Amino acid sequence: MAVDRFQKREVRWWHSLIWPVAGLGLLLLFNLLFTEGFFRVEIRDGRLYGVLIDILNHGSKVMLLSLGMALVIATGGVDLSVGAVMAIGGAVAAQLINKAGVPFPVVIAASLAVAVLAGCWNGLLVGGFKVQPIVATLILMVAGRGVAQLITDGQIITFTDERLTYVGNGSLLGLPFPVWLSMAMLALTVLLTRKTAIGLFIESVGDNQTASTYAGVNASTVKFLVYVFSGLCAGLAGLVAASNIKCADSNHAGLFLELDAILAVVVGGTALTGGRFYLAGAIVGALFIQTLTTTMYMRNVSADIAPVPKALAILAVCLLQSPRLRAQLSGIFQRKAA
Amino acid sequence: MKLPVSAKYIPLLATALVLVGLYTLGCVSFDNFGSLRVLVNLVGDNAFLGVAAVGATFVILSGGIDLSVGAVVAFTSIFIASAVEKGMNPQLAILLALVLGALFGTGMGLLIRIFHLPPFLVTLAGMFLARGLGFVIAPQSVGITHPFFLEKISESLAIPLNDRVSIPFTATCYVVIFLLALFVAHYTRFGRFIYALGGDEQSATLMGLPVGRTKVLIYTVSGFCSALAGVIYTFYTQSGDPASCVGLELDAIAAVVIGGTLLSGGVGFMAGTLMGVLILGLIQTLITFKGDLNTWWTKIVIGMLVLAFILLQNFIANASARLKTAHK
Amino acid sequence: MAADQKPLLEIRGLTKSFPGVKALQNVDFTVRRGEVHALMGENGAGKSTLIKVLTGVYQRDSGSLRLDGVEINAASPKAAEALGISTVYQEVNLIPHLSVAENICLGRQPTRFGMIRWGAMAKRAEAALARVDIKLDVTQPLSSYSIALQQMIAIARALDVSGKLLVLDEPTSSLDEREVEELFKVIRKLRGEGLGIVIVTHFMDQVYAISDRITVLRDGQLVGEFETVKLPRAELVSKMIGKELSQVPTVQHDEGQASQARREPLLELKNYGRAGSVTGMNLTIGKGEVVGLAGLLGSGRTETARLIFGIDKPQTGEMLLDGKPTQFSSPREAIRAGFAFTPENRKVDGIIPRLSIRENIILALQARRGALKTLSQREQEEIADKYIKLIGISTPGAEQLVMNLSGGNQQKVLLARWLATQPRLLILDEPTRGIDVGAKAEILKLVQSLQEQGMSILFISSELEEVARDSQRVVVLRDRVKVGELTGEQISEENIMRTIAGHSHGS
Repeated sequence: MAVDRFQKREVRWWHSLIWPVAGLGLLLLFNLLFTEGFFRVEIRDGRLYGVLIDILNHGSKVMLLSLGMALVIATGGVDLSVGAVMAIGGAVAAQLINKAGVPFPVVIAASLAVAVLAGCWNGLLVGGFKVQPIVATLILMVAGRGVAQLITDGQIITFTDERLTYVGNGSLLGLPFPVWLSMAMLALTVLLTRKTAIGLFIESVGDNQTASTYAGVNASTVKFLVYVFSGLCAGLAGLVAASNIKCADSNHAGLFLELDAILAVVVGGTALTGGRFYLAGAIVGALFIQTLTTTMYMRNVSADIAPVPKALAILAVCLLQSPRLRAQLSGIFQRKAA
Repeated sequence: MKLPVSAKYIPLLATALVLVGLYTLGCVSFDNFGSLRVLVNLVGDNAFLGVAAVGATFVILSGGIDLSVGAVVAFTSIFIASAVEKGMNPQLAILLALVLGALFGTGMGLLIRIFHLPPFLVTLAGMFLARGLGFVIAPQSVGITHPFFLEKISESLAIPLNDRVSIPFTATCYVVIFLLALFVAHYTRFGRFIYALGGDEQSATLMGLPVGRTKVLIYTVSGFCSALAGVIYTFYTQSGDPASCVGLELDAIAAVVIGGTLLSGGVGFMAGTLMGVLILGLIQTLITFKGDLNTWWTKIVIGMLVLAFILLQNFIANASARLKTAHK
Repeated sequence: MAADQKPLLEIRGLTKSFPGVKALQNVDFTVRRGEVHALMGENGAGKSTLIKVLTGVYQRDSGSLRLDGVEINAASPKAAEALGISTVYQEVNLIPHLSVAENICLGRQPTRFGMIRWGAMAKRAEAALARVDIKLDVTQPLSSYSIALQQMIAIARALDVSGKLLVLDEPTSSLDEREVEELFKVIRKLRGEGLGIVIVTHFMDQVYAISDRITVLRDGQLVGEFETVKLPRAELVSKMIGKELSQVPTVQHDEGQASQARREPLLELKNYGRAGSVTGMNLTIGKGEVVGLAGLLGSGRTETARLIFGIDKPQTGEMLLDGKPTQFSSPREAIRAGFAFTPENRKVDGIIPRLSIRENIILALQARRGALKTLSQREQEEIADKYIKLIGISTPGAEQLVMNLSGGNQQKVLLARWLATQPRLLILDEPTRGIDVGAKAEILKLVQSLQEQGMSILFISSELEEVARDSQRVVVLRDRVKVGELTGEQISEENIMRTIAGHSHGS
């Protein structure tokens, strides 16, 4: 007969932050000791400059992606198409902004709408047709770059419109605009999921889909919505990415960022099997990855090689999350204690 | 009481129809499409994809997935090109590359097996690892000037059919590997274990099958096939490029799915995968012949075809489930 | 059977515990050659744990296990098979897409130079099937044959693997009477060949029809080993439930309840059915009435509940709610109409394990209100606290994770989830399975008080005593068809059993 195993302490949301924050802290400590000028921040023209600000700025794309990815992963899925959707969104924005007579808000709205549409596509396949998330989003991961190429006709589309370049390069109250954008999206996501019951539905579907359906939760709709939201986040990230470099590059925009986003979510404490999700954790995870990337860059490691330590990091984190390894480790510790 | 056995073969039949349809479409639309040269090139040009798809078939049959295929192919090509250009014996370089690929697969298989990590995640990490390591070896593409590749492989080993057309060595490699895979899938215990594993892992465990060992071995085979595909790709392009073959894994998976293999595992056909590879090749050839179409249409058409086959499989699964309850 | 015959299997002092659970304590178990030995016990008695230790799925904590007098320690099902112990499980554990021949020979396919000889394999499979008196086309996929044949194929495989001890875990639960008789014929034949056979089953009739000896377990402990012919049924039941027969309360159904059958109907099913589920179901549930649904495992009880709750769609007949034709295409619609359902397998279909008690309790209510009409944190806490107190969920607080609760408390959380939606019809599928006696009594008391408050309840339980005591009407199912309906004084454990067994009673 099973007995109750109560926890002594209640689990609070910030408990999940301990590990990612500790990881980030270690990385920063390393830089404090070994990388010169890492913590230098100065004010020029009413704007903050420095490595730390760069990390916030460059990390904003992964931060945006990780918000959508966290919700997708919480339902037990994954969205591999976010990089390709970024490319599509950027391509639409670049094409429209260069067309005379298209108002700026329409450019933004159209770009985001296409990204949301891509999300709907994924959501329809996963929620409606019950295709495995990996396969469903893999289709768009590669076909999506084809679509982006079609939109740009295989060219790299450059633009100079100041409003569009502001999205990725402007600053507001001393901080880069993308940082504000990410924070606003974080606030919006928290509001949407924690102040309404959507978060509860997402977590219950991810933890036990059958039981949730029997309790009256519409699992298909929940799944559909998280992919749509992931599409929106990818669209915003796509705008920032295109704006950063003032052009739409369908081949490289958002390339490999899906791994960064998944890594950010996992580092942030959300399990890949679904269930509880931690948005603040995902943001810290994104900052961790960006700090890792920036550290490598400052230590003259080529950008092409960057996937190697990231891949090792994601494996390490997943291994630490694996119940099997935890059981073995705790077994070792118990034996030592005995 | 009996189910129509042919339910299993419907996707395969659809695959054959698509293949014949596309070929006929090509022959009707373009003058030279039906020539022997086009046919031989179809196999030769897609040999590396075909070999990669053989590995993917095993993995998918077992209910898993391998996303590291393209990256391992790229790694192998840059590894061989760099090694040979630095003076290593070509045969030795190829052998080393194959061993490395197999070991890489074993590593991923062990992680999946021992720590119960999801295959997509482990192989996704593997994809980034292999891709990054390729760039560690050489950041740019490296051309091969060694006579082994330029003369032996591309000329001496080609089998002439008539005075104008000859079968390239890459095509021969593919045919040999395909026949070997066909044999493994149908005539070895390992091959049947793969089907059992994909059909029902829990039952396979309770039946006392070596589930763990089989799983690790499957990813070893997949890693080996990826590396072999890399070798053939190196023969084909006579160079190595760490940035090549991005997304090849999707093409391989697409060929498997279009070939009628169930994505959830347990049901599938090596011969179907061969047809799937040829279909992908035909689409590419058709778009090339057409000339005025953007090549990126290839990716989009493949995506659509994969989608169609997934929906077909869903439909058949639902229909046969309905039939089963109705007959009870 | 000679008394001095050396036992085939001898288990002494077997103990196995899981975190927080002592599944087996100091259990002895002996099987002789050429006997059919039934392993009996209520749910949670430890039968399946014992089987799993025996077949190498679990490793024992302590105790000795001897086969043919030799101490054994099977580390895996394969190792157990190599020792001569093979198992056939309730769910046929074979590979549906592969051929019959492959399923029988998988892992031991005849090969030459590493190459499978398909012809030899088919011959070997046919030979193995001949041992269980079956002849069929072994090249067809397994899934093209009926469950009963698949079961026989599984036994053929088990015999082909190793032939000392055959363990049959609930082999008859999805077979019809004729198929059971076929199976028993085979079992008797194998017994004659000197095999030791262990059979686990719920069905009392079958135990007496086939077994030579019975070992009874209760709450992980050995109650005793008996010769079947010397153990009257009533005594076996009392050994299993741990009560003397005189202690079983006689059920009093007063006159008033019989007339309550005339209540205003809440729900009526007319010729309701679905292939492979139940057929031609006629059922009326009155307002404020508890209707019991009795029948053996696989008789269509759960299937009826699934049809009513909108999980499966009916193919025939109609459902009237308050006299109006209604059809649900999903549980959501059923819930909106005021229905509630606690499923049989609460871990798989009921609880959301890694969410808190509070979240589990408000889930159905919140789902019915929709995502945007969110219950405030304070409202959620109030609801959770109210039901924790009302139902008596023992927990330090509403924020504990449900996965850490005991089975009984998890069941109470599910009840709380549905009570919070204030349902008109509550469907309880095995609400007391696998939970301790105290919680069981509390849940049954709650059912009574809910009924007194005017809630309609459809009560499904394999514990006939519970059904008999708490229902005003009992509908009896057999083989996916309603075979009888008992009201008022007709309701008793004995009558229900008779009806199940086919001695017709009522309509």
